[in-house]
Amino acid sequence: MKRIFIAALAATAMTATTGASADTLSTVKGKGFVQCGVGQGLPGFSSPDAQGKWQGIDVDVCRAVAAAVFGNAEKVKYTHLSAKERFTALQSGEIDILVRNTTETFTRDTGLGLDFAGINYYDGQGFMVRKDLGVQSAKELSGAAVCTNMGTTTEMNAADYFRSNGMEYKIVAFEKMDEVVAAYDAGRCDVFTTDRSGLAAQRTKLKNSADHVILPETISKEPLGPVVRHGDNRWGDIVRWSLRAMKNAEEMGVSSDNVDAMRADKRNPSRNRLLGTVGNMGEKLGLSNDWSYNIIKQVGNYGQMYDRHLGPTTTINLPRGINHLWTNGGIQYAAPIR
Amino acid sequence: MLALWRNSRVRGWIFQLVALTLFLYFGWSLWDNLQTNLASRGITTGFNFLNTEAGFGIISHLIDYSESSTYGRAFLVGLLNTLLVSVLGIFLATLLGLLIGVGRLSNNWLISRLALGYVELIRNIPLLLQIFFWYFAVLRSLPSPRQSVNWGELFFLNNRGIYMPAPIPEQGFGWAGWALLLTLIGVVLLFRWAVRRQHQTGRIFPRWRVSIGLLIVVPLLVLALQGFPLSWELPALKGFNFKGGLVMIPEFMAILLALTIYTASYIAEIVRSGIESVNRGQTEAARSLGLTHGQTLRLIILPQALRVIIPPLTSQYLNLLKNSSLAAAVAYPELVSVFAGTVLNQTGQAVEVIAITMGVYLLISLLISLLMNWYNHKMKLVER
Ligand SMILES: N[C@@H](CCC(=O)N[C@@H](CS)C(=O)NCC(=O)O)C(=O)O
Repeated sequence: MKRIFIAALAATAMTATTGASADTLSTVKGKGFVQCGVGQGLPGFSSPDAQGKWQGIDVDVCRAVAAAVFGNAEKVKYTHLSAKERFTALQSGEIDILVRNTTETFTRDTGLGLDFAGINYYDGQGFMVRKDLGVQSAKELSGAAVCTNMGTTTEMNAADYFRSNGMEYKIVAFEKMDEVVAAYDAGRCDVFTTDRSGLAAQRTKLKNSADHVILPETISKEPLGPVVRHGDNRWGDIVRWSLRAMKNAEEMGVSSDNVDAMRADKRNPSRNRLLGTVGNMGEKLGLSNDWSYNIIKQVGNYGQMYDRHLGPTTTINLPRGINHLWTNGGIQYAAPIR
Repeated sequence: MLALWRNSRVRGWIFQLVALTLFLYFGWSLWDNLQTNLASRGITTGFNFLNTEAGFGIISHLIDYSESSTYGRAFLVGLLNTLLVSVLGIFLATLLGLLIGVGRLSNNWLISRLALGYVELIRNIPLLLQIFFWYFAVLRSLPSPRQSVNWGELFFLNNRGIYMPAPIPEQGFGWAGWALLLTLIGVVLLFRWAVRRQHQTGRIFPRWRVSIGLLIVVPLLVLALQGFPLSWELPALKGFNFKGGLVMIPEFMAILLALTIYTASYIAEIVRSGIESVNRGQTEAARSLGLTHGQTLRLIILPQALRVIIPPLTSQYLNLLKNSSLAAAVAYPELVSVFAGTVLNQTGQAVEVIAITMGVYLLISLLISLLMNWYNHKMKLVER
């Protein structure tokens, strides 16, 4: 009932006068912070650290945008959303950006009034099972009970996969990820399915993570990235280029450690453009010209962000794979800043 | 002109008219803004989505449903699941609440203390916590499918649910249904006759016992005459899980258990206050007329207490219906979880989906109110 009420509020919020949130940049500047919709606790993407500070590559995209807009990556407030709530929260203007393991799809882009502003993690859906089931491949899962969270591409992909392989299944769809994990851990399901990154992260929360294996099949494409409201192109540009600035920085070898030295050394023209020492790139976004310098200085480049939250020193330790830059054999490829 | 203004009736009309115009304008501008905003953001509108393929699975459905069914069908599945837990919950909570409410007034110290403890404990723990408690308590205490508790190869219990044989009606089973219907009509007539006779002659006819007996025996007899045209589909372990038969999933058990136990604690208090509202003299009078303790309760006290009980009981029923929407937290696919959850999320049509959902809740609530008001009316003191 409470949920209905919130959704109803959101629906009424949409009836507010036009124009109120059409210019997100002004609203954000006016209130002095970016309201960012993130997850409810997914290590590596958005989860609280020991000090209770939220961390992860989704959180860092919010921080990058705040650094670009305010020159201060801390000017973010977080709204923690379940998969089911997230789009209504964005549509209704409750949040300014949604960065919550959200897959870019046709329907979401065209029918839900959303725009995707780049990809911060290329993912795909996988399955996790208990080792003692003795299952080697997803093709052996006919008749299985499958736990996942509702309102996701996951729910649909699982349906497609089992249907197209002529297998039966029982889907148990919870609203929140924590319940999915707890129910799977309690033996309610044979299979736990979500994005592979999510499997790796949630696995760390299981009672005995060594008892579980992730099956080899990847059954879908899940390009995850930040989302903004459709129709506010300037705000979309800001988010899109903030993320691209991080990837371009990595490509040029600019990191938070060397960015000041690199800014002083003006020999490389494209680096000068990235760091705002020539031209007026920032102004064209409605920001100051050191927008990208602030991102790199305060949040770091894409590779730094990846390593900090998903790299070998973390408990999740996800091999970077296709999320390497194109120059390193991956598919992370950002349009140039010029 | 001024004379008109001084006329309080006319003035009243003018105010009403102004208020109505303002209200209509407000409503219209809300609607207009909504349309403009939805269009400018490129959000799809309209109800056509109800006819498109849903593409997601639902774990338990009372009517046929598959991934290729429509969103409209998914809505029906959710609605029926809501009605199922609500109706069963209302029934069980009333029984349990009645028991505990009467127990609160028991002369037995232990019983009345236990009932008091129940009420105080259950009423003061948030329902959502209780739902989680029962869900994980149920899940953790049950074995995996391969280690199922097995009752004579007919019933199986494991952490995927309770499996039982499913009756499959065959040719000729319909006759039993007709027999049941006819007996039902007969029983209603019997009741009328018995009540009238009691009023006229004072002779009591054991109408309840006879009716229930008839309702069981007659259809069974019809079935027997046709050699029991009914077969059973037995559940059996195939691969990961049991297949065949009927299954009651743990999500359903948890939400039913939680709703029943929680609502019963409120109903118990309502029952207690109802009974206490009946003057003690009534009990004494009934006892001195030679009625037994049970008869006094059934014939004298409860009918009078009901007048006090029914109105607050109605709101408990409405609460139970609305609380059933918490089931989304434990994956029971009722209306809010299926329709206002998955469907809303996949179509993004928040306004339409929420409007339908709220409309449906309103409709069911009004129906419950209507039914209870009718019952309340019937239970009013009838003066002869
Ligand atoms: N990418 C999918 C699934 C998103 C999703 O819900 N992911 C899960 C596991 S990867 C999650 O719990 N996310 C974050 C959270 O709740 O904290 C989608 O966009 O529909």
